[in-house]
Amino acid sequence: MPTIIYKTHDGATRQVEVPVGSTVMQGAVKNGVDGIIAECGGNCMCATCHVYVDAAWMEKLEPAGDTEDAMLESTAAERLPNSRLSCQIKITADMEGLVIMTPDSQY
Amino acid sequence: MAQGVVVAGAGQAGFQVATSLRTEGFQGSITLIGDEPELPYNRPPLSKGFLTGKEGEDDLPFRPASYFEQHRIDMRMGARVTALRRTEHEVVLASGEAIAYDFLVLATGARVRSITREPIGGLLYLRTSEDARRIKALMAGADSMIAIGAGFIGLEAAAAASKVGKRVTVVAVEDRPMGRVVSPLISEHFRLLHERHGVRLMLGDAVERVEAGVRVTLKSGVVLEAPLVVAGIGVIPNVELAEASGLAIGNGILVDQYLRTSDEAIFSIGDCASVEGHGRLESIQAAVDQARCVAATIVGKLRAYSAVPWFWTEQFESKLQIAGIPSGCAHFVRRGDSVYGFRRDGTLGAVESINKPVEHIQARKLLETKVPVTAEQAADLGFDWKGLLPRRVS
Repeated sequence: MPTIIYKTHDGATRQVEVPVGSTVMQGAVKNGVDGIIAECGGNCMCATCHVYVDAAWMEKLEPAGDTEDAMLESTAAERLPNSRLSCQIKITADMEGLVIMTPDSQY
Repeated sequence: MAQGVVVAGAGQAGFQVATSLRTEGFQGSITLIGDEPELPYNRPPLSKGFLTGKEGEDDLPFRPASYFEQHRIDMRMGARVTALRRTEHEVVLASGEAIAYDFLVLATGARVRSITREPIGGLLYLRTSEDARRIKALMAGADSMIAIGAGFIGLEAAAAASKVGKRVTVVAVEDRPMGRVVSPLISEHFRLLHERHGVRLMLGDAVERVEAGVRVTLKSGVVLEAPLVVAGIGVIPNVELAEASGLAIGNGILVDQYLRTSDEAIFSIGDCASVEGHGRLESIQAAVDQARCVAATIVGKLRAYSAVPWFWTEQFESKLQIAGIPSGCAHFVRRGDSVYGFRRDGTLGAVESINKPVEHIQARKLLETKVPVTAEQAADLGFDWKGLLPRRVS
């Protein structure tokens, strides 16, 4: 299981093992990591699982699809070039050490 | 700032108000009381992926137990509030324990409407995770299923059963699928969809009686039999606690736009609440938005509920997303496969789209920003309203 590193805006870090096939959002929510709300339960409908992906990892991920891109226009915190919805990032075996930053707000 | 908040009801609304209070920086005590034994969980998958096996037990809980400990949310699962003593500012549990509050949030939800007075083996309803487990277990050994009701629950259960190879019949008094909540054009799409998948629809016929077997007799005289019958014929808001304590009740617990009941220390949100100007909304999104408003108000940032409601359903390969309230619209126009509903005064009231998530998100913005859109523009696929929308809606 790849270890995903979640960093919150206030500097706290949590390392969580997340199974391949689940998502960055599920890894956070199931382990009680703060900063990711995911109120729609992973349906790509609410933009409350917004995260910033560490720059070094950005190009290794599948790019955002059209729905995610549209949804990212509704995030509470500023959309940056490395903004993603964590429910749309599927964990693969090569994501060991993926670094995810959570924004200061999801509402 | 308030010292103690008690939340009665641990469904989506109750869970959300507890977590939002912490997100808002509330430092006092939070007690979350729920009558089901398990920690708060997601209900939408219960009538969809949970029945087909696409989603499992693991996918249901909102958060692990450790989350509630970390955030000092006192979880009282398997507990029921039996009385509300407003003058003493306390709730009483079935165990006799009294819990004091500065603010109380009634998120008591709704219960299913039942068909028969006495339970009948094989006739099941779908509201809780326990209900879904029972249906799933019975479905495993059944070759066929009857769904009573052609609303979201009945049709989603029908689609799930059909997907796992059951012969399915849907019986409903409504003459079109989801007739209470969607436009006729969308109903027609779903009628064809179910028929294409071999689901038999018997609409516009009422259930006369249901007997052991399970045997379902319709008004028309038709008799149907299946080992499993799932009924989804609506819900009744749980207002008894509020009513017994003298709070104002209508079709739900009456609250103003700030979700306050007739007692200013008591809020009500979710399926049980009837909100001034909105009525009673049975929607996850309304529950969540209302919970957020209450949390903000409790920490001193008075916030009215004004969000555009949205809903979704998944049946076979069609995911329908609804922004706004189609039943409040007087006429509908097609835009490609989507349907735009306009109110009597000519303003856009709802947008229904199927497998078009980008259009749905745009529709929510159109409704939130109240950008004027005419029926002619909506019907014209060549007309692009992206330019009308502000780039960001906050």
